[in-house]
Formats: sequence, structure tokens, C-alpha cells
Amino acid sequence: MATPNTPLWEVFIRSRNGLAHKHVGSLHASDATMALQAARDIYTRRGEGLSIWVVPSTAITASDPAEKGMMFEPAESKIYRHPTFYEVPEEVGHM
Amino acid sequence: MYTQALNTAETDDRGLEDAAKDAAKAAQFQARIDAEERIEPNDWMPAAYRKTLTRQISQHAHSEIVGMLPEGNWITRAPTLRRKAALLAKVQDECGHGLYLYAAAETLGSSREELVDAMLAGKAKYSSIFNYPTLTWADIGTIGWLVDGAAIMNQIPLCRCSYGPYARAMIRVCKEESFHQRQGYEIMLTLCRGSDEQKAMAQDALDRWWWPVLMMFGPPDATSQHSDTSTKWKIKRFSNDELRQKFVDATVPQAQYLGLTIPDPGMTQDADGHWRYSEIDWTEFKQVLAGNGPCNRDRMAARRKAHDEGAWVREAATAYAAKRARRQTAQAAE
Ligand SMILES: [Fe+2]
Ligand SMILES: [Fe+2]
Repeated sequence: MATPNTPLWEVFIRSRNGLAHKHVGSLHASDATMALQAARDIYTRRGEGLSIWVVPSTAITASDPAEKGMMFEPAESKIYRHPTFYEVPEEVGHM
Repeated sequence: MYTQALNTAETDDRGLEDAAKDAAKAAQFQARIDAEERIEPNDWMPAAYRKTLTRQISQHAHSEIVGMLPEGNWITRAPTLRRKAALLAKVQDECGHGLYLYAAAETLGSSREELVDAMLAGKAKYSSIFNYPTLTWADIGTIGWLVDGAAIMNQIPLCRCSYGPYARAMIRVCKEESFHQRQGYEIMLTLCRGSDEQKAMAQDALDRWWWPVLMMFGPPDATSQHSDTSTKWKIKRFSNDELRQKFVDATVPQAQYLGLTIPDPGMTQDADGHWRYSEIDWTEFKQVLAGNGPCNRDRMAARRKAHDEGAWVREAATAYAAKRARRQTAQAAE
């Protein structure tokens, strides 16, 4: 008999250094409590973090890679959003 | 990793128009690979790329899981508490490696359960090295030193594999492997500095594991069936023989330091420093792959038993989650 499927969860961990929760991988668990415990065992065996989030994978809506041109083009053409676009005389020093 | 919502199944009956579109997509795909871009789960990929990677990553996952058996065999008999704690941690890491890899394989569209069931049914392979027995404590040292050493050689280039989820899983794995190899070498060093009997035990383990470890890199380049397309797709960055040679060159001085003899009387060093090993007995490799190694039946039986004995746990966890979900819906309705 085929094994029945167990739900998939995405795991996010916040490390010691105060950065945001970061996606580290995924795992299978029947509920949120077990997902948290499994995430502790699978992804934090060497002190990788101080906080864990688990999110059901089905709750994630992803952007479509086929549309990435249209999706991200508006940001690519706006070079004036970067500090290097502007000229500051050398005499002014670091800015 | 990632939702599979956007992964559409490849259909079999396609018109000519579709075939032409596919050829254009395939060319675009190869251009991305050539530009060292990473392919992500929801990107278009040729069906053969998906199939090759599903096979390779799931085999890799099965190997990590089955690989827990030969070492697990010694956890209760480790000579000291320090060795026992280290071995337990190592075996636990291997389980983690299996899980990272199953997760990477699943992003290609097969479920965890399908992949595991294929292994339990004997339809999927795992590394032939785990079909050899661990007869003495020195085997645990030799496995860490050589089997994990060979795995590291193989896995470092996979950190740059074209498929993103596999490459990322390999980065995690490689970070953890170094401890495995060092704890193994330390066991060997302790035995080699010990009594004559201990040193003889270390030599005996090396004698038994050396050739099977060289076979871990796979068949010689001249006869390997998967290498060409895997190289083109940047799944594989070095050939089997290249990796095997790197491994031998790295290992010979380590064996010399231990005062152990590599069981290959024909081995010589080239003018350019490379150690040339004798012909490998590929009939043994084929026999083990075909299921006739010393422990194939034991390993499969152990995996099936563990899976069957865990069935009630999976059932209970699923039933509990369903009950809780029903209760929550009922409370929300009140
Ligand atoms: Fe591993
Ligand atoms: Fe390992």
C-alpha cells in the first residue's frame, strides 16, 4: 500500500545575530507542533537559531518565473534609485 | 522547499507546434545553464533534466538514510562515552542529510512518500558502499575517514550544481561532513597509536574498505552512461575518474601518517605527484549493485521493518491532527 501523504511545511529561522527569519528548508509533519519540533531537530543541531517559524507550504503564493521580466523590469530601469547615480564633489568627503 | 503550485505536469501527446516551442525553450534553458544561472523549481526545464535530477537526488537521499545502518550498528558498543556521543551525533546528521535531500528532490514534483516507497520496493538504488558490513570498531573509524571523505570529494562540486535546491542542500551537507571525517580519522589515529592488536584491526578495516570506497565514485569514465548530459547540464562538474584520482591523492599521505598500508601493491607515484592505483574489480561493483553484496538483504529488511513499525505513529499523528482541525472548525462555528 502506498504511504499516505503528510503535509509539507517551510521552515524559517532567526539566527543569533539579530537578522530577520530566513528560509532554511522544508519538512513534513502532520501538525504545527510536530513541525516545530522536527524543525528544531533538522535545522538547529548546531545553534543555528533562536526562533523558528513554520508555515504550511500551501499557504505560500509564489511569483511566476515566466513573468519575471514584466514583474521586475520597473526596478531595473530606475538607476536614479541608487546612491551611485548622484555626484558629490570629492571635497565634500564621504556621504 | 517552495510550493509546487506552479509546477505543471508534462503532457505526453503534443502537437508539432508544441515540439517547436519546446525546442526553443530547451535552447533558452541551455543558455541559462551556460551562463551559470541556477534553475529553480518553478522554472521551465526539459523533462529529462527533471528525471535525471529526481533519480540522482533521491538516490543520494536513500544513501544517507541507509548509510545510518552500518554505523548505527556500533552506537551501543562504542568504546567510550565520548565516542558514543560523537557517533550518535554523526548518525543523526546523516538522517538530516537524507531529509534535506528528499526535500530538494520533492521540488521536482515527486512526493516524499513516492520516493521512499520506491526505495522500499527495491526500485530505487542507494550507494553500494552501504552494503558492506561493519565488523569491528575500526570500521567506524574507516567509514568516517574514507567513506565520508569520498562523499565530501563528490559533494563539494555539487554545491555549484545548476539546480538551486540541490546546490543549497549540498552546502548545508558539506558544512556538516567535515566533523564526520575528522572524528573517523581520530578513531584511526587512536587505534594506530595503540596496541599491536588495535593497529592490526585498523589495517584490517582499511584492507576491507579501500576498494569498495574507490568504487563509490562510480564506473570508469569510458563506460559511464549518465556523464555526458549531466556535464552539459552542469549537474556534474568533474568526471568519476577525476574525482577518484583527487581522492586517492588526498588519502595516500593520510594513510602514510597513520602508518597503514593501502592494499594495492601495484600503486605507484607519478613524476607529477599523482598516485596511480591498480585496476578496480568492477565485477564486484556490478554484483553489489545487482543486490548480491554482503548486506543488501539486511539493509532492505531493516529499512522495511523501520517503516512498518513506524506506521502506527504516522497514523496516530494524522488522526490527531484531523481531530484538532475538526475541533477548531467546530469552535469557530460556535
Ligand atoms: Fe551525509
Ligand atoms: Fe557524513
